[in-house]
Amino acid sequence: MTRFLLPLAAFIVLVVFLAVGLGLKPREVPSPLIGKPAPIFQSQLLHEPGKMLASQDNLGKVWLLNVWASWCVSCREEHPLLVELARSGIVPIYGLNYKDKRDLALQWLNQYGDPYTVSVVDPEGRIGIDYGVYGVPETYVIDKNGVIRHKQIGPVTVESLEKKILPLIKELQG
Amino acid sequence: MNPALPFTLLKNSYPQKISGLRNTFSAKQFILLLVFVLLAPLSWAKEAAPVAEDPVIEKRMLALSEDLRCLVCQNESLAGSRADFANDLRREIREQMQANKSDREIIDFLVARYGDFVLYRPPVKPATYLLWGGPFVFLLTGAGILFFYLKRRRKQIEEPPLTEEQHRHAEALLKENKGNNA
Repeated sequence: MTRFLLPLAAFIVLVVFLAVGLGLKPREVPSPLIGKPAPIFQSQLLHEPGKMLASQDNLGKVWLLNVWASWCVSCREEHPLLVELARSGIVPIYGLNYKDKRDLALQWLNQYGDPYTVSVVDPEGRIGIDYGVYGVPETYVIDKNGVIRHKQIGPVTVESLEKKILPLIKELQG
Repeated sequence: MNPALPFTLLKNSYPQKISGLRNTFSAKQFILLLVFVLLAPLSWAKEAAPVAEDPVIEKRMLALSEDLRCLVCQNESLAGSRADFANDLRREIREQMQANKSDREIIDFLVARYGDFVLYRPPVKPATYLLWGGPFVFLLTGAGILFFYLKRRRKQIEEPPLTEEQHRHAEALLKENKGNNA
């Protein structure tokens, strides 16, 4: 009997390892920027190319930075939620229009609604590199001191909003 | 030049029977086909990524990005990936090299933004001790098990020395055997 116990135990350990491995999400690489000051950027507004927004202008308030593009299919998925969130007025959402064309981006916002306080453009993906963006959409929660507190990789969902983002915003604003 | 042409040429003159193949191609057509086939790679050459002005930097950049992971297509290196993202990061590395940054500085720059995950060779630190040491632990454990197993087995195989009585008995048997043979 005991001679079967050892292989059985080894097999169970293996199965547990594989089961845990299946549950991991290799696509979601934890950002080393969490808890660090958000990289400073200054860029043109999507709607008014003559005007600039600097990230430091947002010091003193909690805000979301949402990386989006008109070519991004998953952005369409989260967009209604963002529009709703913007309408609620809980938190200002700033858009980072990532590697996009201005006319296509504007057309996209016209079609699906514009939840952004403003959107800044990042046509070459340089601000994206500073923020460690590797997939769109990504959403950052940035606190009053300009520190990144959370990064949502992939589309914002009802679940991620309710479980993580909204409670965190409430806590940071309080 | 239309690269599709050789194929329509082939289709139009496709033989009804294999034996007819020799007759359906004239020498002129064959040479034309050969020229098209040989020229075809030239038309693709235009699509290749633009070569940087400085071949030294390009070489250094490729060597460095060979060890970096493309986060979009995670089993590809930055050097090998054709993803747009990899392209951007290669550009970034190229620019930093042009600005005289050392390889170390560039790697630190990328790790600060993308984490250790961007490295194909993760650094040795408490979180990765198991990763780096694990194989050696397995090796030592295996060697230990093998050692003790062999030791035990040798003991089992080893014949216990004969007692005085067994010795005499064996000799008697051997003698008897000899007597029978003679």
